Amino acid sequence: MVSVRGLHKWFGPLHVLKDIDLTVAAGEVVVVVGPSGSGKSTLCRCLNRLEAIGQGSVEIDGQPLPAEGRALARLRADVGMVFQSFNLFGHKTVLDNITLGPTRVRRISRAEARQQAMTLLERVGIADKADHYPAQLSGGQQQRAAIARALAMRPKVLLFDEPTSALDPEMVNEVLDVMVSLAAEGMTMIVVTHEMGFARRAADRVVFMDDGRIVESGAPDDFFAAPRTERARDFLSKILQH
Amino acid sequence: MDALTAHLSELGHGLVTTVELTVVTTVGAMLLGIIVATLRIAPVPLLRAIGTAYVEVLQNLPLLALLVLFVFALPTIGISFPLFTSAAIVIAAYEGAYLAEAIRAGINTVGVGQAEAARAIGLTFGQSLRHVILPQGLRAVIQPIGNICIALLMNTSLAAAVGVVELTQAANNVNLLEAQPIAVFTGAGLAYMLLALIIGQVTGLLERRLAIVR
Repeated sequence: MVSVRGLHKWFGPLHVLKDIDLTVAAGEVVVVVGPSGSGKSTLCRCLNRLEAIGQGSVEIDGQPLPAEGRALARLRADVGMVFQSFNLFGHKTVLDNITLGPTRVRRISRAEARQQAMTLLERVGIADKADHYPAQLSGGQQQRAAIARALAMRPKVLLFDEPTSALDPEMVNEVLDVMVSLAAEGMTMIVVTHEMGFARRAADRVVFMDDGRIVESGAPDDFFAAPRTERARDFLSKILQH
Repeated sequence: MDALTAHLSELGHGLVTTVELTVVTTVGAMLLGIIVATLRIAPVPLLRAIGTAYVEVLQNLPLLALLVLFVFALPTIGISFPLFTSAAIVIAAYEGAYLAEAIRAGINTVGVGQAEAARAIGLTFGQSLRHVILPQGLRAVIQPIGNICIALLMNTSLAAAVGVVELTQAANNVNLLEAQPIAVFTGAGLAYMLLALIIGQVTGLLERRLAIVR
């Protein structure tokens, strides 16, 4: 479903992604972990070309990522993205946030889009907030609305860029529960997160990044029980000791 | 006072012309402002350069000079419009540059994340501008836009210099007959004030109505 080959990315003189190879099969849930500044968010943003690629290739469902323009917009419609800071459209109600893409990009009727949006809101548990504005919702509710917005496009793959990092601790679980159920239903997901619990529960594979490289990759049980590299051991010892 | 009441019809015509000129130019300037502001944030460097050049040229010339140039110089190379049309084009083009800068400031208040989210659901640049960026950016600068519209109203009086009989010119004409400058120009001034107050009220109303819940 997603295939990354020899990906490099530079921010000016800063080499942030170094020779990344990553293949994600349909239905697979890949969790990307690593210290901050390791390039995991940048990798995530390169997958739908919110960041231009320096060198190498990214293919989604066999299609190479187009350069800017309409072709890229079409491809992005198939790649859902959930942001750390939710990024719900502030001037639109939750319902209008969700129907914007389906009506303007997929060109389905308003009535159908609303119906589909209500089903999705039901599913993420905030159907009663449909007519509220984003600022009237808690962080957890906003992020669930953002997930519904991404799902409304019926994406082939969903990218999560630290979806719970901006949330109060008591709201983290309501978002993770939605993500776990999506994973269980067979959605292809690439999740950048610090939630090791989620990685254990829902990931098919954990990818550990450090300093712009994929250092280690494996099943979550193996990775957490017996990391193969010194760097991963060091990282896990720092975050798991509490 | 008699000087005013005796010439209500001339002054009335002048007032109507001022209102017409203001409405037509405001609409034109808003459209131009949105287009030029869009050019200035476009991903294509050439478009950005065109937008910048437009703003720099029109903001850095006096409106009166532009009016005189357009009305008296263009006919010498065979281009001429009716006086009202000429004045409307020039004032709209001039105020459009100011509106473009206000609108660009509004666009800059919209977080980068909003544009990214719009692109991430597959909206094109134009669609994200229309459905996500501009609706929020314009709401942020309703008040400055209102101020520019009031300035635009006052600037329509410069059309008098190129022969459009709007309120100031009408007042001037009446004064030539009556020689009562205090009464005539105070009356005209009050009419301008009233119009400006209306624009201010509309601006305030729009700002309250369209406020984004934060």
